[in-house]
Amino acid sequence: MPPQQEQPSFEQVVLPNLDAAYNLARWLVRDAQLAEDVVQDSVVRGLTYFASFRGGDPRAWLMRIVRNTAYTALAARQQALRHTDAREMTADEQVLNVPDPGANPEAALSGAEDAERLTDALRALPPELRECLVLKELEELSYKQIAQITGVPIGTVMSRLWRARKMLMGAAGEGGEHDS
Amino acid sequence: MIPDNCASMHLLIQADVDGELEPAEAARVAAHLEICPSCARLQQRLLSLSSRMHGLPRHRAPELLREAVRTRLAKEAAGKGGGGRWRRAALGAAGVALAASLAASLMLFALLPRGDAMPDWIVAAHIRALQPDHLMDVASSEQHTVKPWFAGRLPFSPPVKDLTQAGFPLIGGRLDYLPGHTAGTLVYKRREHIIDLFIWPAGDEAFVSGSGARDGYNFVRWKAGGMVFWAVSDLNAGELEEFAALWR
Repeated sequence: MPPQQEQPSFEQVVLPNLDAAYNLARWLVRDAQLAEDVVQDSVVRGLTYFASFRGGDPRAWLMRIVRNTAYTALAARQQALRHTDAREMTADEQVLNVPDPGANPEAALSGAEDAERLTDALRALPPELRECLVLKELEELSYKQIAQITGVPIGTVMSRLWRARKMLMGAAGEGGEHDS
Repeated sequence: MIPDNCASMHLLIQADVDGELEPAEAARVAAHLEICPSCARLQQRLLSLSSRMHGLPRHRAPELLREAVRTRLAKEAAGKGGGGRWRRAALGAAGVALAASLAASLMLFALLPRGDAMPDWIVAAHIRALQPDHLMDVASSEQHTVKPWFAGRLPFSPPVKDLTQAGFPLIGGRLDYLPGHTAGTLVYKRREHIIDLFIWPAGDEAFVSGSGARDGYNFVRWKAGGMVFWAVSDLNAGELEEFAALWR
């Protein structure tokens, strides 16, 4: 632990936000055990980086670590699953190319709109859209916090949220009647 | 009147639903919705999606994970970070891959020895309790105060003994949460050493009485009267055994 002035201790950052950290990890990696590993690894990483934490939003700081660790985990799993991919891809591309086990968002919402289908549809979103929507709707974070966590400008957060929501509302042509 | 270009309104309508607009912008959105039924419908759909999503269950951190993190933090606080017994329940293949990739980059990883993790939990709970203000929920040297304190806080009644005569004064009690168990914990003293005695009802699981040491703390465990007992302290093993013998 670094010496503390007015700053919260690492424990004060982590413990109150453990549910949020796990929820994000769970939605990103879509696997309970892997999500636990991600949170544990995030705590280890956080301990290493905490000395360089210079104030700001502690929750966003932690969630950013969780988010990055989750992507590392997904990329590692991808590599383990098919380590003979001829294409040279960046880590981000690999993550975005993770095949989704669930139905596609449109199909998932075409039937009864119950929570289970909504969950499936959310799980089927591309990760960069899914994380924005989870952080906004489930964690109720601001655009600014989401931008901080995902490392993109606020404008990108807004357009990702819009795309994510359009996909979830998509099936019945909702949002599609506009000519955008 | 030609409405504002609808496509350009979408992100504003969304931002309005998300509560991110300044009053002036929100008023502009409201004015547009007045005259544009299709955007008004869009707003309704966004609101409805939002409220349906708020109904989704939020994944809560499992108790084991919470405890593992607390243990890790306690070890860190005790200056034992880095090389600790970082408990990792049943690693799947994906977990192993993750562990390997992170270990390479972090050099911080330590896999747990397999087998009984309870001594680690117990010692971690003891160390945690030694942090300021964590030692006792009820401070009393009086067993007739401590015992009723547990009633209503625990689904069982832990036995309480006063061992002052034998040189182990009772100083209080508290509750501890260990994986799978809520323990009633009695706090004793021997000179300047704190002894925690964790007590919970014995279950069906295999239990081995015995003693051992972890990170410089000694522990003795035994089973009696349908209860499981764990005594842990930085007291020397001999005197801790003496304490346990008085209890057994």
